[in-house]
Amino acid sequence: MIETKNITKTYENTGEKIPVLKGVSFHIEDGEFVAIMGPSGSGKSTLMHILGALDIPTTGQYLLDGKDVSHLDEQELAKVRRERIGYVFQSFNLLPRATVLRNVMLPMVYSGVENPEREERAVKALESAGLAKEYHTHYSNQLSGGQMQRVAIARALVNNPSLILADEPTGNLDTKTGEIVLATFQALNKAGHTIVLITHERDVALHAQRIIHIRDGEIVKEERT
Amino acid sequence: MFLSDLVEETYMALVANKARSALTILGIVIGIASVIAMVAIGQGAKGNVEASVESIGSNLILIMPGAARGIGFQASAGRGSAQTLTQADADAIAAANVAKAVAPDLTRRYQVTAPGTNTNTSVIGTVSSYPEVRNVAIDQGSFITDQDVEGVNRVAVLGPTTRDDLFGTGADAIGQTIRINKVNFRVVGVTQSKGGSGFNNADDVIYIPISAAQRYLAGDAYVSTISIEAPSQAAMSDVQQQVTSLLLARHQISNPANADFSVLNQSDLVATASSVTNTFTVLLAAIAGISLLVGGIGIMNMMLTTVTERTREIGLRKAIGAQRQDITYQFLMEAVALTFSGGAFGILLGWLLSFVVTHFTSLPSAISLSSVLLAFGVSVAIGIAFGYYPALRASRLNPIDALRHE
Repeated sequence: MIETKNITKTYENTGEKIPVLKGVSFHIEDGEFVAIMGPSGSGKSTLMHILGALDIPTTGQYLLDGKDVSHLDEQELAKVRRERIGYVFQSFNLLPRATVLRNVMLPMVYSGVENPEREERAVKALESAGLAKEYHTHYSNQLSGGQMQRVAIARALVNNPSLILADEPTGNLDTKTGEIVLATFQALNKAGHTIVLITHERDVALHAQRIIHIRDGEIVKEERT
Repeated sequence: MFLSDLVEETYMALVANKARSALTILGIVIGIASVIAMVAIGQGAKGNVEASVESIGSNLILIMPGAARGIGFQASAGRGSAQTLTQADADAIAAANVAKAVAPDLTRRYQVTAPGTNTNTSVIGTVSSYPEVRNVAIDQGSFITDQDVEGVNRVAVLGPTTRDDLFGTGADAIGQTIRINKVNFRVVGVTQSKGGSGFNNADDVIYIPISAAQRYLAGDAYVSTISIEAPSQAAMSDVQQQVTSLLLARHQISNPANADFSVLNQSDLVATASSVTNTFTVLLAAIAGISLLVGGIGIMNMMLTTVTERTREIGLRKAIGAQRQDITYQFLMEAVALTFSGGAFGILLGWLLSFVVTHFTSLPSAISLSSVLLAFGVSVAIGIAFGYYPALRASRLNPIDALRHE
């Protein structure tokens, strides 16, 4: 369960305070598929960084599985990311000279999972992400965009996180491939994963069960699809 | 993060940029190789010098005319030097019965001729105990005998180089006549080679009875050196002391600081020679060390470039949960792997270099285990020293900014 209570984030630029988030509160239940939608400059990226434990809010509380992660130091944030968060990025961020399997196993290098469990879990995650077994030994730069994103999804899944955070996951894909990737997210959601999708496209957001609209650092609207 | 993961990551990263890794390693290879080769040559030279000092005798004490001016050789054997030691001094030391053997000599350079050839060489007038004291071995014929000294016989024993110069390489010189400073001498023996070359060639000498040198060549009864063999290593300082006080008494000098002779023992000579070659070795190693430093800067340069290039990767690793120290270790390990392999190749190349130098010149070389271990240690230390700053920079990257990096 995810809960944010009146989160604000203020950046300081040459003495001038720029508020990016102005008190954001919402609630996401386990097993939900939620889209956070807003135009660029709305503060959705900053919100995603806070949700992803890459950053902490200036004020307010962020509870992940009931644990307050809004005042943690760098070391503790890394632990939260390692154990509870799975990231999917717009630009995939795979290691280009490593095989698919190796890319998926990378988070387990840091969470201390040993072989053969490491490989078993990677294979299972790739299966859930819908990438055929024949690609497991391919180098990631030999894959198509859609395949790369599915490798990235598998990598996000592999540590069995509380939350999968997808930042514009279809932004670098054509519509058809994007649909396949979004279908993958829906399938994962059906399998019980909590997914938060950040996007500026309504068509993409419509794949989620609920859309939180954000503009100028505030929630302006929530809708069920 | 397990060590095996660290090793695997490092291997993948270095192999991904083979040419760049190889060129960076080359800097360290050259640095380590030159240190190894220079130290090997320095150590070899030291061994050579020590061996040649040892070859002049064992448990040897040398007494030379002239005041002592600290440890070291003095230009006392040549013409114009102080003449304060006499045959009587040598006889008195022998009579005191503290030394195993005493051999005075009168050494000067003379023009020496044989039929058709001539050379300029050291002529050592000495006694029959000289070979024992100064490690001279006879190859052919015999050395000067007590009868030769008593009878002031004009006989000569040639060093192998002198024999070659006068009669041709390997020629039979026994029974031939040579003229030293226009006085005829009959060759009765040839010594074995002691090695050495250049100015201090121990093989380019002629030995004659000291009495003959005094009467026919020098015209006086002074001696240029008294060589004393102590009974044992342990007795050396004791013998040195007794001989010194004996000579001070004979020369009627009360204050040892005013002595008109100097006493050198062999360990002083070895110490002096060693300190000279050590300085030489340190100097060479220091020059080679500079190239090692340049190699280290090359490592740092490459690591900084790598960190910049892989900023997004670092961002990703942090986003999926890598701690600062995971990132630090990863990049530090890369730098150490570069310098470590550079060190390994450098030792091989240095060994090859010193081998080639020894093969094509007369300079000996000796690679010691300690210099190899030191080179390994230094190369790893350079990896840590020059890899630390780039690794720290990588670990301090903010994951949000790093992920946005183009």
